[in-house]
Amino acid sequence: MQYCSNHSGRKYRHDLLFIGGLLLIIAAASLALFLFRVPGDTVTVTVDGQVWGEFSLSENRTVEITGADGYNLLVIANGQAYVSEASCPDGICSSHRPISHDGESIICLPNRVVISVQRQDDRQPDIIS
Amino acid sequence: MKQNAAKKIAFLGLAASLSLLLSYVELLLPPVYAAVPGIKLGLPNIVILYLLYSLGLRYAAPVSLIRLCISSLLFGNAMTFAYSLAGALLSMLVMCILKKTGFLSEIGVSVAGGVSHNLGQILVAVLLLDTPQIAYYMIVLAITGTVSGIFIGLCGAYLIRRIPPRKLFIF
Repeated sequence: MQYCSNHSGRKYRHDLLFIGGLLLIIAAASLALFLFRVPGDTVTVTVDGQVWGEFSLSENRTVEITGADGYNLLVIANGQAYVSEASCPDGICSSHRPISHDGESIICLPNRVVISVQRQDDRQPDIIS
Repeated sequence: MKQNAAKKIAFLGLAASLSLLLSYVELLLPPVYAAVPGIKLGLPNIVILYLLYSLGLRYAAPVSLIRLCISSLLFGNAMTFAYSLAGALLSMLVMCILKKTGFLSEIGVSVAGGVSHNLGQILVAVLLLDTPQIAYYMIVLAITGTVSGIFIGLCGAYLIRRIPPRKLFIF
């Protein structure tokens, strides 16, 4: 192959090692996130970094969040939270799959809205951060 | 000597407009995965990678910065400028260091550049928007950064072999 001159054949092997290592790290990280996820019970909504409201995941309801630049319609149903409708142009938040696990979040950048699920019952002072 | 300087300036302008044109071409492509913003092929980086390898940082860095400023003015806003600037600076730094070590080929360097570009963007997004949850995007962006890095690296490596610096009319 044209790319494999004698000078740099070793470099391509290094490339493969590097890319393989990178993919391995990504796989390990996503596996860890997937394995160690626990069901959440509370939905916290923040607008522009400020807490806007907290809702229980076990009660079905629909909330209209007034964000920095429009609204997001948050629906809580069957222990899952999702955005059914939003005023933002990209619609990333409303195409996001429903969330229900601790730490999962739906982010609407245009409206500066972050909807995240937490586990309230064993919440302790965070010593890690 | 003066003529040489003029040639260099003209060449820089030409390279910057070529990479600017590539960022426009990229806008015409349909989005790959709309749920996560920032997934791009990074076509302009073919020019940057080529310049970095055949003419060095003194050509690659200014072209990258000029391209970034103009494309943010034309296609983006202040936020996209901040993201792109962080990504461009971090990836340029990483690629420069990795190129110096000589451990990886153009393709590996390009992959490192793609991933570090996305890492820089995520870091700025976390800082500017004060929402650490954005960091979860990094998993998706690391994969797409790797894929686009391989593609850009292959294109760049082909150009670097096909167009040696002496064939550029500036020398």
